[in-house]
Amino acid sequence: MKYLDEFQDPQLARRLLDEIRATVTRPWALMEVCGGQTHTIIRHGIDQLLPDNVELIHGPGCPVCVTPLEVIDKALEIASRPDVIFCSFGDMLRVPGSDRDLFQVRSHGGDVRVVYSPLDALKIAQQNPHREVVFFGIGFETTAPPNAMTVHQARKLGIPNFSLLVSHVRVPPAIEAIMTSPSCRVQAFLAAGHVCSVMGTQEYPELAERFRVPIVVTGFEPLDILEGIRRTVRQLERGEHTVDNAYPRAVRPEGNPAAQAMLADVFEVTDRAWRGIGTIAASGWRLSERYRAYDAEYRFSVDGITTREPAACRSGEVLQGLIKPHECEAFGATCTPRSPLGATMVSSEGACAAYYLYRRLGTPSTPQEASPVA
Amino acid sequence: MPDTTRSAHGAPTPADRGLPTVDISGWTCPTPVRDQPRVVMGHGGGGALSAELVQQIFAPAFGGEILAQLGDSAAVSLGGVRLAFSTDSYVVRPLFFPGGCIGDLAVNGTVNDLAMSGARAAYLSCGFILEEGVEMPVVAGVADAMGVAARAAGVEVATGDTKVVEAGHGDGVYLNTAGIGLIPAGVDLRPQRVVPGDVVIVSGDIGLHGVAIMSVREGLEFGVEIESDCAALGGLVETMLAVTPDLHVLRDPTRGGLAAALCEIATASCTGIVIEERAVPVPSAVANACAILGLDPMYVANEGKLVAFVPRAHADAVLDAMRAHPLGAGAAVIGETVETHPGMVVARTPLGGTRVVDLPLGEQLPRIC
Repeated sequence: MKYLDEFQDPQLARRLLDEIRATVTRPWALMEVCGGQTHTIIRHGIDQLLPDNVELIHGPGCPVCVTPLEVIDKALEIASRPDVIFCSFGDMLRVPGSDRDLFQVRSHGGDVRVVYSPLDALKIAQQNPHREVVFFGIGFETTAPPNAMTVHQARKLGIPNFSLLVSHVRVPPAIEAIMTSPSCRVQAFLAAGHVCSVMGTQEYPELAERFRVPIVVTGFEPLDILEGIRRTVRQLERGEHTVDNAYPRAVRPEGNPAAQAMLADVFEVTDRAWRGIGTIAASGWRLSERYRAYDAEYRFSVDGITTREPAACRSGEVLQGLIKPHECEAFGATCTPRSPLGATMVSSEGACAAYYLYRRLGTPSTPQEASPVA
Repeated sequence: MPDTTRSAHGAPTPADRGLPTVDISGWTCPTPVRDQPRVVMGHGGGGALSAELVQQIFAPAFGGEILAQLGDSAAVSLGGVRLAFSTDSYVVRPLFFPGGCIGDLAVNGTVNDLAMSGARAAYLSCGFILEEGVEMPVVAGVADAMGVAARAAGVEVATGDTKVVEAGHGDGVYLNTAGIGLIPAGVDLRPQRVVPGDVVIVSGDIGLHGVAIMSVREGLEFGVEIESDCAALGGLVETMLAVTPDLHVLRDPTRGGLAAALCEIATASCTGIVIEERAVPVPSAVANACAILGLDPMYVANEGKLVAFVPRAHADAVLDAMRAHPLGAGAAVIGETVETHPGMVVARTPLGGTRVVDLPLGEQLPRIC
């Protein structure tokens, strides 16, 4: 993985930042679509290094956060059954349902296992023929193809005790939902490079044209992000709105046709609820009729789920840049890093936590240079 | 109610096309469950849940002043002698891993907890909890490894106990070790002694143990075998104290990694800590493994490293002494303590930005994407 260092080079980063500063003449609001990009931005402090008039708005691209409460509750219900081995990627175990999470299911005796690939879950199904093995298939176009391939394999190998609890979502309808929202401030998008490596860029020109927004396909290392911002700002300043691929080492215009074919075979497009957002038309996938037997929702008939969303904070407005963290009534009072009301205060990467830690103390958001250490 | 008839951009709305409009002004993110009615794995992860378990249940139940200090080991006085006293349990899976086994870990872990008080471990106890059905050569292998590690650390296993649990009620072998050692005169290692201006030194590459365990436990391959850094640090600490007994605090950053150790010291000392991220020694194999899994090396466990808070006047000499010792050859200054943001750890990133380093809630979890 030799690229790690090359794409984190401070000198190159400074050059890109200088170019961004030299280009910008007025305020712009950019949305990075993907949670992975948000992670890089906060992890490397990129948001603090940009000129004040370039604002990054964190998008809805965190698959963990947007998986609907009803699906989480179904997962908890299925995972609680004694005949089930419930397999999931690690970070889903901590996502709360109406009244508990998968960790708690495990503490009550549920067989919940962290896997690193859906194929691991299929292997567990082969090794445990007398138990039902369910894999929690969530995420965007990035994670959908391997999940599709796993179901395809299960059918091909005749593994009857494997099923998928599906809650896959698609990026383009989310962009459309954002752009047609009355409160939208977004003027350009950094599109998720991993999604485009699967789906290509064909879905975006229509959106860029219809909403007159630049859409720049962007990678995930610090220099990828800065290059994406540089190209986006350049388009905004010139009044352009095209689709630009700033991640050519991973993204071809046509994407990955084999992965797309697998998606088309196994899944069908459906309306999908997004947690904290609502239902977005045609924004998700479910297993197609041919693979219905592998759909955990059907297999386990998880009906009668009554969801109960915990009290909400205003993190949604913070995430869109509509309010600053300290403008929320709960900020610093009922909502602190030790007793958070929302994800933006839970994580050190959250805007509210950053404000709490710096602004509350009256220290600048970018601390002064400390004296050099040996 | 927002006006949903026209988008901010004047473009056709979903309603124009017969689709429901989404109002994004109410977006929220789910918050992790903090109020756990039962024990979950995160309670053993060395993060906020672990701290809450100790502070809310154990410390009030036992009520001792010494325990309330919540150090890796307790400094106690007995008959006019200052002793360090510590205990630790080991439940690692697999029992044998690249660079060591549960036996080495059980000896070195407790030796290191004592060393963080400045004490040279003298005697250990050893409790074996064996699962019915575990093969005798496995038990012998663990015991032999303990003996080798104890001799290397210059500590005697003086007492022990064995219990057997029914098959299915354990992972083959669980171990508990407790230890005592003498704290030299003039040595007083406590977070409360940390003051702004102290230099923060780490003794070498971080993240090796956690990644080594993960690679064998999960069958992950990172292109190169990563070995645990499991080692006894008593000798290194003696070398440092020989330069100056006036070290302020030492920690071995095990569960929760370097980040958890720094956060605990920042909180207990009420000082701020600023870390230069580029100065933190992270081997490329660890960085790559963490990049693949979406983990932060700062939170990955170590078993043969320490972090030291040293008065600035002694920092260079202590660093030189550490680098002259085999277990400190990779020692590096990674930051300093500051008056600003007391109780908080801030990392300066290679690009020049900053981020807050927080105490993790429980265990780090591999990210979906």
